[in-house]
Amino acid sequence: MTLSRRARTTLIAYLFLLPALGLLAVFTFYPVVYGTVLSLFSYDIINPPRYVGLQQFHKLFGDRYFWIALGNSAKYVLVVPVIQFCSILLAVLVNRKLRGIQAFQAAYYVPVITSWPVVGIMWTWMYDQAGIVNWVLRSLGVLHRSISWLSHPTVTLYAVMFVTLWKGLGWYMVIYLAGLQSIPTEYEEAAGIDGASRARVFWHVTVPLLRPYVLLASLISTMSAVKVFEEIYVMTRGGPFFSTYTMFMYIFDEAFQELNMGYAAALAVVLAAIILVFSIVNFRVFRRGGLEYY
Amino acid sequence: MRKVVLYALLVALAVFTTFPFLWTLLVSLKTSGPIFAIPPDFSLRGLSTANYSGVWHTLPLPRYVLNSLYISTMGVGLTLVICSLAAYPLARMQFPGKNIVFYAIIATLMLPEHIGLIVNFVTMIKLGLVDTYTSVFLPSLASIFGIFLLRQAYLSVPQELEDAARIDGASDLVIWRHVMLPLITPALATLAIFQFVAFWNSFLWPIIILKTPDKYPLAAGLLYLRGLFAYNTRYIAAGTVIATLPIVIAFLFTQRYFMRGITAGAIR
Repeated sequence: MTLSRRARTTLIAYLFLLPALGLLAVFTFYPVVYGTVLSLFSYDIINPPRYVGLQQFHKLFGDRYFWIALGNSAKYVLVVPVIQFCSILLAVLVNRKLRGIQAFQAAYYVPVITSWPVVGIMWTWMYDQAGIVNWVLRSLGVLHRSISWLSHPTVTLYAVMFVTLWKGLGWYMVIYLAGLQSIPTEYEEAAGIDGASRARVFWHVTVPLLRPYVLLASLISTMSAVKVFEEIYVMTRGGPFFSTYTMFMYIFDEAFQELNMGYAAALAVVLAAIILVFSIVNFRVFRRGGLEYY
Repeated sequence: MRKVVLYALLVALAVFTTFPFLWTLLVSLKTSGPIFAIPPDFSLRGLSTANYSGVWHTLPLPRYVLNSLYISTMGVGLTLVICSLAAYPLARMQFPGKNIVFYAIIATLMLPEHIGLIVNFVTMIKLGLVDTYTSVFLPSLASIFGIFLLRQAYLSVPQELEDAARIDGASDLVIWRHVMLPLITPALATLAIFQFVAFWNSFLWPIIILKTPDKYPLAAGLLYLRGLFAYNTRYIAAGTVIATLPIVIAFLFTQRYFMRGITAGAIR
């Protein structure tokens, strides 16, 4: 049996692709389809799934915890502009030829490669009533009395956000560093020769040229803020009094503590829809950037 | 003068990002004195490694380290094989359906992975793989980041090398194995480092899919131990250092690959 050259090449190509496509089909594509279908069923793993139509979505609207979780996930997006602003400044700061700059970049990057459990353990200690954070703030005169950062409903969400900022800075710094290095220095030099101040050059030349990178980074940042989970799980598990209970945390509890797989799937579908809207909005706002998506 | 201000700023920021690590290290190296106090106890008197031998011998830390090593080794090895195979035809072969496959792979970047968590748990139950090491690394082997990174690397191999091998009568598999793979080693190294860090640090999927805490990888195990031995702060601190040190050392030796990898992954 002889195959034509073209048929042979096709066969070989798909054989090369087979393991990856097989795994993606089972663990990436199938979950989206089955997850959406599952949201129409009541399923507790032990008994076979039972069709309930849109009942779970109806239930969701009257569910107090759903609204709490949604509210907290929405609030978490506040961290996005802060992270982006700080990491752009950080990238500008380290984007220069200076002795030892590599070592500084490494130091800023270490939180990124640290596991969430380690980060959670360390920051729980930092936030202790008699911990480092209180000591620093009291020494600076910002606070007069120590605060128990992770058990005070009004501040805990912000305390957790601060850890997100601390861990994320280095990652976005590298993205913006790549952006800065892609900008030809002529533009900034020309503006400088025309007598523009450093700040003006930064805001009117550098930042607009960075736009595609800002788009990409805020897109990633917004989506990870809406589905924030790890920092919550390792520090507060949603407490105190549900003040840090987010969508993903609720999904996790429903799916793996309560085994309400159908309801968890319904929550997950809502979260997916929100993330999709965010990515479209974000993309439209920044579209002028001319970023080529893959 | 401007330089002094600049360095002062850089040092202050470095203190901010590394302080929690240094503080944990200090806590782990001392056996007495208050851990939580205002002002904190920064003295370097009475340092010892007692907490390290303590946590190593009395808690199942060696077990967790072995679990992590096994999961990371299997995970990284299989990722390299699967991604280097898949990326090859996408970069260097013409075949019907190529664009569809390519865009399907890109589309997965927009798929919400939190749904995957729920459904993959159900899938693993059906496959009878719950509570096995295989279930921990299986879903993340076909790394999209890896496929893109390696595709990019394959694209940069000159066509003449491939043509020469073909004239010599080499088969596709031989060309892939003996011409292409050796030339994309730097990209393979980058992918290996990234996947190693990802597997070493993973905890969410492992705590979902593993029912026996003895099978936990180090990061998950550490969280579990913190829950059980919250009062023994110094032991937990020592465990934290043990979990973090290998990653930090690996990073310091491969910083260049690392930073290049992120930008390659995020921006085409």
